Amino acid sequence: MVNRHLTGAHYGLRDWLVQRLTAVVILFYAAAMIAFLLLAVGVSFEGWKALFSLVWVKVLTTVSMLALLWHAWIGMRDIWMDYIKPAGVRIAMHTLTALWLIGSLVYMIKVVWGAQ
Amino acid sequence: MYPSRPKHLALWQIRLPLPGVVSIMHRVSGAALFVVIPFLLYALEGSLSSAERYAAFKACIAQPLVKLFLLGVLWAFLHHACAGVRYLLMDVHVGVDLPAARLSAKLVLVVSLLLTALIGALSW
Repeated sequence: MVNRHLTGAHYGLRDWLVQRLTAVVILFYAAAMIAFLLLAVGVSFEGWKALFSLVWVKVLTTVSMLALLWHAWIGMRDIWMDYIKPAGVRIAMHTLTALWLIGSLVYMIKVVWGAQ
Repeated sequence: MYPSRPKHLALWQIRLPLPGVVSIMHRVSGAALFVVIPFLLYALEGSLSSAERYAAFKACIAQPLVKLFLLGVLWAFLHHACAGVRYLLMDVHVGVDLPAARLSAKLVLVVSLLLTALIGALSW
């Protein structure tokens, strides 16, 4: 008998691959941002704001944040799946994790694309 | 097959090997980074909203405790990133044998700490 659990089916190779691909996206964005911050130590408010008013910076930031949130979802879900045995508690933690990440997504869009 | 299992393991005598330490730190740092996402977004929003809040933001991150916290976040990120690169390399079969894995685990710990110190020193 195949013993399928509500929280155990449908994930596997795809998420494994997504976790790695999103990791590469995050690495590139973080490296670029750290490099900018180090080169621009003491950057003025105007300079900082000008950087984030560029559309391509907004687009790259948004895409990288989507990668980050997706990556965080897979990682956190794996942690709950490994350590939380009772299915009800696990689903609750999955839900709270998803809400936390979706909230972050909405807030990120507001911060990056909001009125200047 | 194993009728006498589980054995009574002397847990206090079992030491997690270094690759295991790096592995659990990868998880802990990832979970910590998950928690701080909205707070970093809040900091970004503050730094972008007005010259006054940008100045307040700079004054805030100049406080020792805040600096320490941000250094912790930076270390968590850099450790997670270095350990992640190690896993990516292992995925393509680079450094999968035990001596190499032990060496790269050490490297992850050392390099992430050095990078944290370097970036921390350069940024203030």
